[in-house]
Amino acid sequence: MKDQLPSVTIVRRIRATPARVWTAITQADQMMLWWGPDAGPTLDVVADVRPGGRFSVVFRLLNGEEHNPTGIYQEVMPERKLSFTWDPPGASEPISLVTFLLEPFDGGTVVTLIHGHLPNETERESHEQGWRGLLDKLPVFLGDCA
Amino acid sequence: MVKFIPSEMDRVFSALSDATRRGILQRLKTEPGLSISELARPLSVKLPNMIKHLDVLSDAGLITRTKTGRTVAVHLSAGPMREALSWLTQYESLWTTSLDRLAALVERD
Repeated sequence: MKDQLPSVTIVRRIRATPARVWTAITQADQMMLWWGPDAGPTLDVVADVRPGGRFSVVFRLLNGEEHNPTGIYQEVMPERKLSFTWDPPGASEPISLVTFLLEPFDGGTVVTLIHGHLPNETERESHEQGWRGLLDKLPVFLGDCA
Repeated sequence: MVKFIPSEMDRVFSALSDATRRGILQRLKTEPGLSISELARPLSVKLPNMIKHLDVLSDAGLITRTKTGRTVAVHLSAGPMREALSWLTQYESLWTTSLDRLAALVERD
């Protein structure tokens, strides 16, 4: 019973339109302004936002460590949905998928972020609906709502 | 950030993706050293199926089995679990902070 795969899900209500949020999550110069887990700088962004396009962010943490997550854009639905794989360096296949879902809400936007672990190749092939169907079924394993 | 060998992570996550196996781990947390039949009994899982589940957990490094005479005692092995949790915690913290900053940016306009 493959009912749950661990994932991180965060829901935020943001007081800005879906169009504004979409710009912030898809344009490299805007992504430079918010990406990263602490107040350290974002050093470089590649965002070729189309299915199959490349995603890459380089950021430096306050402790000086630099990280460079990379991936490939999967679904690009302007102002509604953006997903890209999250490929660890040296891995032969992506291990996780990041998805932004945007929904209009009272003049603002509900942003749902899901960072889900992907099953390995064998499991993925056995799943008829592929990534999209899989993602739709990913429930919250660990996450918080704000 | 935590570094993993992806194939090891895959095994942990796919082992954790099953409700029966998560149930087994939870029981072992409170009752370490249960035998295979003791684990199977309340779940109404047949013994061969239970052994299959235990093989998956064992391959992922989540349990250890020790044989004494004819009884096999099963113990939780917390290391890989801790790594899986730190994977989740790490990304939770990345996205929580990034989304805070994203909100601050777009709400400023």
